[in-house]
Amino acid sequence: MSHADAALDRGDALLRVEDVVVQFGGVTAVNHASFVAAAGVITGLIGPNGAGKTTCFNVITGLQRPTSGTIRFRGRNVTRMPVNRRAKRGMGRTFQRLEAFGSLTVRENVRVAHDIHAGLLGLVRPAKADVDGLLERVGIAAYAEERADSIPTGTARLLELARCLAGDPQLLLLDEPSSGQDESETDAFGELLKELAAEGRGIVMVEHDMDLVMSVCDEIHVLDFGTIIASGPPSMIRNDPAVQKAYLGYSDAEDPDSSDHTLTDLPAVETTQQIPVVTS
Amino acid sequence: MSSFLAYTIFGLFSGAAYAIAASGLVLTYTTTRVFNIAHGAFGMVLSYLFWDFSVKQGLPIWLSLVLVLFVVAPAIGWFIARFVAKGLGEAPVSVSLVVTVGLLVGCIGFATQVYKPEARTVLPFFPETSFSLGETNITAHQVITILASIAVAVGLYLLLNRTRIGTAMRASVDNPELLKLFGGKPEAVATLSWMIGISLAGLGGILLVSTVGLDTYSLTLLVINAYAAAMLGRLKSLPLTFLGAMGLGLLSSYAPVYLPQEGLIGSVDNVVPALFLFIVIVAMPQAQLRIGQVKGIVSAPLPSLPKALGWGAALLVFVALLSGTASEANLLLVGTAATYAIVMLSLVLLTGYGGHVSLAQFTFAGVGALTYAKLDEPNLYGLLVSALVAAGVGALVALPVLRLTGLYLALSTLAFAAIMDKMLFQADFAFGFNGTLPAERLSILGMSITSTSGYVFVMAAFFVLMAFALLLVRRGVIGRMLIAMRDSPAACGTLGLDMRWFRVGLFAASAGMAGLAGGLYAGLRQSVGAAEFQFFNSLPLLLLAVVLGVTSVTGAALGGTGLMLLYNYPDAQGLLFILIAVGAVLLGRNPNGLAIYLFRLGNWLQGRLGPVLLSRLPALPADDERPASRNDDSVVEEDETTVTSTVVAGRPAGEPREVPAHVAR
Repeated sequence: MSHADAALDRGDALLRVEDVVVQFGGVTAVNHASFVAAAGVITGLIGPNGAGKTTCFNVITGLQRPTSGTIRFRGRNVTRMPVNRRAKRGMGRTFQRLEAFGSLTVRENVRVAHDIHAGLLGLVRPAKADVDGLLERVGIAAYAEERADSIPTGTARLLELARCLAGDPQLLLLDEPSSGQDESETDAFGELLKELAAEGRGIVMVEHDMDLVMSVCDEIHVLDFGTIIASGPPSMIRNDPAVQKAYLGYSDAEDPDSSDHTLTDLPAVETTQQIPVVTS
Repeated sequence: MSSFLAYTIFGLFSGAAYAIAASGLVLTYTTTRVFNIAHGAFGMVLSYLFWDFSVKQGLPIWLSLVLVLFVVAPAIGWFIARFVAKGLGEAPVSVSLVVTVGLLVGCIGFATQVYKPEARTVLPFFPETSFSLGETNITAHQVITILASIAVAVGLYLLLNRTRIGTAMRASVDNPELLKLFGGKPEAVATLSWMIGISLAGLGGILLVSTVGLDTYSLTLLVINAYAAAMLGRLKSLPLTFLGAMGLGLLSSYAPVYLPQEGLIGSVDNVVPALFLFIVIVAMPQAQLRIGQVKGIVSAPLPSLPKALGWGAALLVFVALLSGTASEANLLLVGTAATYAIVMLSLVLLTGYGGHVSLAQFTFAGVGALTYAKLDEPNLYGLLVSALVAAGVGALVALPVLRLTGLYLALSTLAFAAIMDKMLFQADFAFGFNGTLPAERLSILGMSITSTSGYVFVMAAFFVLMAFALLLVRRGVIGRMLIAMRDSPAACGTLGLDMRWFRVGLFAASAGMAGLAGGLYAGLRQSVGAAEFQFFNSLPLLLLAVVLGVTSVTGAALGGTGLMLLYNYPDAQGLLFILIAVGAVLLGRNPNGLAIYLFRLGNWLQGRLGPVLLSRLPALPADDERPASRNDDSVVEEDETTVTSTVVAGRPAGEPREVPAHVAR
């Protein structure tokens, strides 16, 4: 189950979300959402709180069954595939509400991930894991001996990333990975993301830090009330009026708690150019 | 035909009473996320109170009813909501299960303490009155019960749909936090639902008590009917719960009449509710992994291996010395304590490391004992087979529910234990009805251990070996995965772990350990019967394990000894049950139990007195300073005291940490 050998060129579709609908009772959390995430590409998924971003991730990873729609991963329909088998196929994710193994140390967290990845064989013949190398790479080696429930949020998010990387996934789904990090940490994190993408991994990122999103993402999809209202490269998204409206609340709709959103650097918008929804 | 009608009416009557009790259970669960295992036990206690008021004190029946259902029951509910169950819904399932099992055992303790065994009868309402329906008689009591269930259904419907607080209750089902944001009061909702829930448990109990009889255990276990009915409604739907209750009432009423009465099938009618429960659970849809709840638990620190070896050896020396001096009767008690301690070790694996709750550990021990006795191979091979058979049975219990999560797994063990109790253990091919089976003492590698003292030593050696093996597992790959699974199943899933099989394996291993204890016990006693492995015994076992520390082998050693002492004082059992229950309720949220305080004391002593003592006495530091080391097994406690090395420097060892700061968003 090595994912490295499955040769995918940059831009080849890795994940296809096709017409996904998720309803909770009468509430539609995701409404006919479709997008593609490609290998070697960083895809941003942005939108106000409650727009359905995390629900999308849950559907993609299999923690939530969609009401309708299809998820294709590496060419295969995985809509009904259990969570763990999708992971084995090369899907890794981090969580918005942290899911670190709180009673284990940071190093043990990554070791467990490695053990799980090694599977039954690993029990017999423990593989040499470069756990410390991974911790080094994401920049949390100093915390290796700390219990995971005692480290700062930003560090815990990096831990979740390191844990993910222990399974060498082809697709990384990162749910608000930079929240809790300061500016210099975020810059370093952005560089790390670019490196990971350069290795050929596909990255889908839910993120509220617009500076980060605009600087690292190749492609952005904007979700609002479960619907994708705009898709395109950062330069297009930045000027999209629908996006402005969703984020800054220039309508009489309820203010979507915009204190989290840092769209402050957005230039005032004059254009009303309609962005075509990207489909691949 | 008229007899069929009579059974139908009886079935509807019992179904109506089950429905009343079950709707209380559903109401409490949906609004607070706490599955009240003790629901039936409260019904039992309230039935006793009803008897007390109406028969013993001679109050009018209506007044007794009002007092019990509208004063005492709501007061109990209020107390639980305020002081016991607060925040329990957000705790891991294992915690809320342990706390409510604590309530159950506490209720039983209360009833046995206050109401000493004597013949008590509670007459049905209007015992003289009945109506005839063709050739069939319907008693007034039956009519009242059915009417009461309709009244409860209508009342709940109106409450939930037509009142403000009812709307808040329904809202709190979905998201109590959100309810708070919108100005609702989840606490008030929880309190009200506990008050109504307990009251309905009482009404159900009182309506059934004239049929079932005022018996502590059978009234408590009536709750299985309520569980089963509630499960049909997936713990959510009240209409389905009513339907389930009625169906179950009818099934239980028809089963003894229309099923053949011979052989194993003949005893099926005893277990209709438990079977119903088991089947409904198995048919439950796939559970979705919950995310966004981190439960970092500070486990008892792991001892270093030399330390563990040292204390294991010390325990063995102690038991060896004890075997030389103690009387035969006392030796048997020590052996029993060792049995319980090994069963508790199985809980350390399952609950302490794995975070799952089993309510059937004694049943698995019984399977082991039965196999050992039946196999008649009193050697290591026979013991191994006993453990394997128990492990297989454990896997069989876990297998059908491997798609489901904690609560359902625990309830299926409960159903399984009830079935074993009433059906299989009593069967002719097993222990027989009230029967016992002879068993021989173990021989190891051709060396027969006939003396009790030698046998007890061997049992202690088994405990030490298994504890050691457990510590090794905990240190290794599997141990880390177990902890990871306990802390975040969702993360394990997204990392690629197939938790279903892991869980079955865990369950089987734990059942196997209990089975081995059962086999050893059979050899110790040389004669075993079903009574020793009754379902109910597993509950105090679980509680004691948690109170004394289910995350450490020391806790198991202490717990085993404690359980032995508990059963050694039958006169004070009620009081002791209450004590354990209180302990479980208080300590339930910290599964490290008392053991961790011992470890801390040990650390403290070592820090303070260690250097002084070491300079004078270079052997074991501060050995006799420990409290609670008056019993043999507690010696092991020390093997986990001084493990500061595994804890990060700069933080005190084993500092309990509630929900980590970064989760408290």
